[in-house]
Amino acid sequence: MKPLRIEKMSIRFGAVTILPEVSFEVAPGECFGLVGESGSGKSTVLRCASMLLGTWSGDAKVGDRSVREMDLMERCRTLQMVFQDPYGSLHPRHSVRTTLSEPLKIHRLGDTEERLAQAMRDVGLPVDFLDRYPHQLSGGQRQRVAIARALILEPEVLLLDEPTSALDVSVQAEILNLLVRLREEKGFTCVMVSHDLAVIDHMCERFAVMKAGDIVEVLPREAILDGSARHPYAQELIAASLAYEGAA
Amino acid sequence: MSETTPAAETRRRRPQSLIAAGNILRFLAKTPTSAFGLLVLAVLILTALFAPLIATHDPYLQDLTNTLAPPDSAHLFGTDELGRDIFSRLVHGSRITLTIIFLVTIVVGPLGLLVGTVAGYFGGKTDVALMRVTDIFLSFPSLILSLAFVAALGPSLNNAIIAISLTAWPPIARLARAETMTFRSADYIAAARLQGASPARIIWKSIVPMCLPSVLIRLTLNMATVILTAAGLGFLGLGAQPPMPEWGAMIATGRRYMIDSWWLVTFPGLAILSVSLAFNLLGDGLRDALDPKQMMKR
Amino acid sequence: MTSDPILDVQGLSLRYPGAAEPAVRGVSFTLGRERLGIVGESGSGKSTVGRAIMKLLPDAEMSAERMRFEGVDLLRASEAQMLKLRGARMSMILQDPKYSLNPIRRCGDQVAEAYRTHVRCSKRAAHDKAVAMLAAVQIRDPERVYGLYPHEVSGGMGQRIMIAMMLLTDPDLVIADEPTSALDVTVRLQVLKILDDLVKERGIGLIMISHDLNLVRNFCDRVLIMYAGRVVETLDARDLDRATHPYTRGLLAAQPRIGGPRAPLPVLQRDPSWTMEAPA
Repeated sequence: MKPLRIEKMSIRFGAVTILPEVSFEVAPGECFGLVGESGSGKSTVLRCASMLLGTWSGDAKVGDRSVREMDLMERCRTLQMVFQDPYGSLHPRHSVRTTLSEPLKIHRLGDTEERLAQAMRDVGLPVDFLDRYPHQLSGGQRQRVAIARALILEPEVLLLDEPTSALDVSVQAEILNLLVRLREEKGFTCVMVSHDLAVIDHMCERFAVMKAGDIVEVLPREAILDGSARHPYAQELIAASLAYEGAA
Repeated sequence: MSETTPAAETRRRRPQSLIAAGNILRFLAKTPTSAFGLLVLAVLILTALFAPLIATHDPYLQDLTNTLAPPDSAHLFGTDELGRDIFSRLVHGSRITLTIIFLVTIVVGPLGLLVGTVAGYFGGKTDVALMRVTDIFLSFPSLILSLAFVAALGPSLNNAIIAISLTAWPPIARLARAETMTFRSADYIAAARLQGASPARIIWKSIVPMCLPSVLIRLTLNMATVILTAAGLGFLGLGAQPPMPEWGAMIATGRRYMIDSWWLVTFPGLAILSVSLAFNLLGDGLRDALDPKQMMKR
Repeated sequence: MTSDPILDVQGLSLRYPGAAEPAVRGVSFTLGRERLGIVGESGSGKSTVGRAIMKLLPDAEMSAERMRFEGVDLLRASEAQMLKLRGARMSMILQDPKYSLNPIRRCGDQVAEAYRTHVRCSKRAAHDKAVAMLAAVQIRDPERVYGLYPHEVSGGMGQRIMIAMMLLTDPDLVIADEPTSALDVTVRLQVLKILDDLVKERGIGLIMISHDLNLVRNFCDRVLIMYAGRVVETLDARDLDRATHPYTRGLLAAQPRIGGPRAPLPVLQRDPSWTMEAPA
């Protein structure tokens, strides 16, 4: 297990600054949350760290190595990502088998059949689903496939971009349980973006509150209930979430 | 959506492309217009395959004692100015038409797809450079441009095919680029990048399959234009050379006798009309068959 | 709950063309001047119920024993009658203002036009009415917002404009289909509060369609729980935690809670008999 350090990450598109300067650290094996309103740059942080966006400055380090120093193959085996929309993150014309075996082919890993079957078992899907196409799967099953695809290269760091916000509550519960179990089994470091404080509270030890591209405060999960948040926006967010849940 | 009969289980083992092709054919056969297109196309292919068996005469055999004979039982569509049987020439001409269609398709489809997907996927300077080349080709009327190419290369059937191909790819490239740009930012492309797939692999494995349906439709609709351009070039004497039984060239030579012997131009004209119409109708049918909403049901 | 219902639906069933299974089967409820929540997961048919009441699904096969809205028999109402009803006496708020506002017209003009479609008045009067309504949904500078284009307003503001547009004609029935799912938590409460106040103040019957149990708990009087096209349970919102149906209980348990135990969340076990059961 390796720590993840984001150092002075900043990105702008033309005149618009999306992230002014973001820094945070995630301990080895920790699950770190990012919360904030839509457009606050939560997802952008993940896209920069995984080098899907290349035009940012600052650094992201896994262990001692910067993602910029790694070559493509090494980076792929270090960082993987699960996307929000299970309907958009699987190629509509690729069977589950194609989707999962592509990374194995690219990285020239052997025992394809064995690994595919193991990946399916890991995410709790029957092995014969390998020959299905995305339109033959439900939303939750698709998200399981997306998680299997992210984990098949055994990454050190898993980036989760609102992995359950497009799913129904009962399916969300299944996916969250799956993620908790996989984290125990495989021990990856994890960053989870969500707008739902209850999900963050369930999954993460610590979380950062983002507003307009800035991290306004990093809090432990206990701070949601004990009221130790200092920044006004963090307080507002927590208060709104509690009021909404009807627990306050 | 998913059938559970044992037959469906074994069907799933077969490659999906085959199943999809079967479904598409079934869909096309159900719509009257596209069924007509399919039928004409099938007749064209069969005629070309079995031309020597179907033709009643040798298409090149001249019979100067029986020139410009009107249609009768010996010569179904009559004879031309050199006494050759028009029906047999039309039947053999279908081979030339099919050759043109086939060769143009295998040049234009991949070329257009390649230029379009590369421009669309990379964007930026690559896009600008490739698209300006496309614009240059698009800014000439295709027949004029083909004329120029054939004039430079010398008149022959092969050169006509090359010329037509060179003028027919830009619309395909434009289409492929537009399609690619809508898929480029999709999450599954991002996921493929995160797995370390090279741009070539992403374009080939992820983008091309998504662009293929619309490119196929466009190619089919384009075929009518290709046939007409080929006929036009033949008519102008720049395509297939005599004595080859190319339909456009047949009309060109028949033109002189048109007033007295209507059959010289009518039958090749009808052949061109029905084949290009068939491709248009088929293209329309394909557009409905490959509609993403329809695809979801497969 | 008052004695004369605004809406009375009995045995509503609906099947989409080409679908094997009906999307809604035998749904019955009445609505007075109250807030009714319809909760269920995607595919449970909750949105279909809303659309069926507005008769927005002309292609679907619809049947019901009774579907009356204030003396109008919706089953027999012609499209012309429906056009007069929709927007004037019953209106609908959709999930995402981004898609329901016309992007090339000023927000205020759209609100004013919605008013002029149903009420004969001068442009000036419609303008004033729209501005007043924008103020009523707590938009601070309504004259300025009136002149903005939809892309210039935030999601919360857009949804408030939609609410203004829908409530301007003083409808008796408002159907809100996931009105706040596209909004941030901090804005969600404000928007719901505004909608809630207006609905109470004007005595409007509200149907709130949502997947979110927390939302209906806080903003509804009564809740229908739908599963696979059927109403499996009807409850007072405050009794939601005392639900008896295993599906409702499963949904409640599957929801992660702030400060909850971090044990694995109980996963809903779906029972095929739920779809067979007679409606509650």
